[in-house]
Amino acid sequence: SSWWSHVEMGPPDPILGVTEAFKRDTNSKKMNLGVGAYRDDNGKPYVLNCVRKAEAMIASKKMDKEYLPIGGLVDFTRASAELALGENSEVIKSGRYITVQGISGTGSLRIGANFLQRFFKPSRDVYLPKPSWGNHTPIFRDAGMQLQAYRYYDPKTCSLDFSGAVDDISKIPEKSIILLHACAHNPTGVDPRQEQWKELAAVVKKRNLLVFFDMAYQGFASGDINRDAWAVRHFIEQGINIVLSQSFAKNMGLYGERAGAFTVICKDAEEAKRVESQLKILIRPMYSNPPMNGARIASTILNTPDLRKEWLMEVKGMADRIISMRTQLVSNLKKEGSSHNWQHITDQIGMFCFTGLKPEQVERLIKEFSIYMTKDGRISVAGVSSGNVGYLAHAIHQVTK
Amino acid sequence: AYRTDEGQPWVLPVVKKVEQLIANDNSLNHEYLPILGLPEFRANASRIALGDDSPAIKENRVGSVQSLGGTGALRIGAEFLRRWYNGNNNTATPVYVSTPTWENHNSVFMDAGFKDIRTYHYWDAAKRGLDLQGLLNDMENAPQSSIFILHACAHNPTGTDPSPEQWKQIAAVMKRRSLFPFFDSAYQGFASGSLDKDAWAVRFFVSEGFELFCAQSFSKNFGLYNERVGNLTVVGKDADNVQRVLSQMEKIVRTTWSNPPSQGARIVATTLSSPQLFDEWKGNVKTMADRVLLMRSELRSRLEALGTPGTWNHITEQIGMFSFTGLNPKQVEYMVKEKHIYLMASGRINMCGLTTKNLDYVAKSIHEAVTKIQ
Repeated sequence: SSWWSHVEMGPPDPILGVTEAFKRDTNSKKMNLGVGAYRDDNGKPYVLNCVRKAEAMIASKKMDKEYLPIGGLVDFTRASAELALGENSEVIKSGRYITVQGISGTGSLRIGANFLQRFFKPSRDVYLPKPSWGNHTPIFRDAGMQLQAYRYYDPKTCSLDFSGAVDDISKIPEKSIILLHACAHNPTGVDPRQEQWKELAAVVKKRNLLVFFDMAYQGFASGDINRDAWAVRHFIEQGINIVLSQSFAKNMGLYGERAGAFTVICKDAEEAKRVESQLKILIRPMYSNPPMNGARIASTILNTPDLRKEWLMEVKGMADRIISMRTQLVSNLKKEGSSHNWQHITDQIGMFCFTGLKPEQVERLIKEFSIYMTKDGRISVAGVSSGNVGYLAHAIHQVTK
Repeated sequence: AYRTDEGQPWVLPVVKKVEQLIANDNSLNHEYLPILGLPEFRANASRIALGDDSPAIKENRVGSVQSLGGTGALRIGAEFLRRWYNGNNNTATPVYVSTPTWENHNSVFMDAGFKDIRTYHYWDAAKRGLDLQGLLNDMENAPQSSIFILHACAHNPTGTDPSPEQWKQIAAVMKRRSLFPFFDSAYQGFASGSLDKDAWAVRFFVSEGFELFCAQSFSKNFGLYNERVGNLTVVGKDADNVQRVLSQMEKIVRTTWSNPPSQGARIVATTLSSPQLFDEWKGNVKTMADRVLLMRSELRSRLEALGTPGTWNHITEQIGMFSFTGLNPKQVEYMVKEKHIYLMASGRINMCGLTTKNLDYVAKSIHEAVTKIQ
């Protein structure tokens, strides 16, 4: 007999299931709107030019493959922090922060979660927005934390339930942990406006909460890296010492290279050193030290002026295409004669859009039109192109009229 | 890490070649790998460990999880065992590591949630060899179902491996006592120069019908240190069990790193799946292993020629990157302070640090340390 007889079959990943079904479909008009990766207007994966250039530069240097330090490539972590906080940030200047390289967004979140589990004594509770990225909950749970929620998305308006959020956050027990999506909320695409962020910062400060920002889409949301980092920077300016997870999967198209970073803003540089030492103690028994390739590419781009300029243009290009698809989808829906209010599609931001479609409608889209998305009605706008936006609008109209 | 005779890091020629192939392949992009990793990597990596003709592979009862280096493979395996082995979430299952062992072993299993990490006898300082009897006694006395971390070859840090006969004895006890073998294989090919020879222990256990885990690293044998290329090979009773195990490992991976890095896995997969590149790689591996073997024999012969007190056959009998010289902490201090030769307080030296240029100096220094310091 086997040691594993009692091991249950794990549930299939819901998002993967979408892609699997899509692959099996033989309809030539099929669309995969579950994919969490950017596609160009031909529906193809896009390798950024600045990435190709950076790779060529790196190859020509003929570097060795010696282990990185546990905390990662220093040129990368420094540049990541500067990108998020702004190079003129007082935090950067004083050195009262530590940034370690993480395995893209997930790995950075996990390091953060484990760090909080070990060193954040006041509370085990992490408050997530309702809804949040599906992987947030198991990450924090596996790290030994407990999950709570605050109101966020209003399904009636397909937009932010701001009063509900403020109401819930005002009642969060002091010294709990609150997770906020810095921009391009996943899965809803609903972000607070700047005035709303200001109010959230005030409430959070009043409740003395530890703020964990997840920034997976800097640059990718509005097309402007500074605008997308506004909330993060505002909170810090308000004296809130946040922790932050960054991903370069989407904004640099480095998905499979796993480039990410975890930052802790500290009281001073001395505290940062102590925090760093503990982060390393967490990382070492997980994977020893991080992978070089993605970090080196990202670092080359961020630290080479010409490449950085090119990157800023390319990330704006991706964001602009997404925004344009949103606009075209709405205008096509109007053309189809839909009487519904689809404004949320253009109000929302980033890769994802909560269409407001109900499960039965989603089912019809899948079965009758071979348009694949997750049951919650979330579509990846990245999967929409000028070639198929008309078909998508037509199909949505058919199932909602 | 490996060093050339000039004391430099070495990017394997086959790796350079394959990286060029990858760079020139415009069909490739940076999309996410599946959660469990690149399929061609996983299959080839496990095949390397278990052998082309492995009955377990033929019987479709082998699973693989691409991981972040050997450490990552150990961690995924440890997290899985803590959740699903010997009951559900049984953090009390004893985990045994050798004395001494790679120091990170303890932390990996502790952070995975195991509360009872014990040691088993391994290094006999007096005879400078394996304390087989101590090891077997510990296994006899270990609670049933205990987990044992075994070094597949080139034991780190002692360089002392059980012989095939000794492995047979170990396996017999483990089978009788229902102990779980978790192999750590960080040096396959790098130890003896032969992939098959270095995998003998793992394959023997498989042939004895064990269910086991093998954490593989491609850091050393491919020189891909910072790409973090590893693989957790899972051998189970049958395909169904392995499938369920993998489905749960997938959940663990998802909350740890989501999916693994692609560059290193591509390099290894491309190399292993091309007969020509595979041969070239084996040649590169043998180059590294041979240099280390040469340094061992040269060091030993110098010490014996100098008449350095003690016996020095352990230098050539030990295998892999490291050697437990037998120098005591005071002698080590002399080496570091007076001779500027850096080695661990345990007396462990990294053979890769030896070159034809420094052999004489190192041998003389050891001679001095041993004769001057007791």
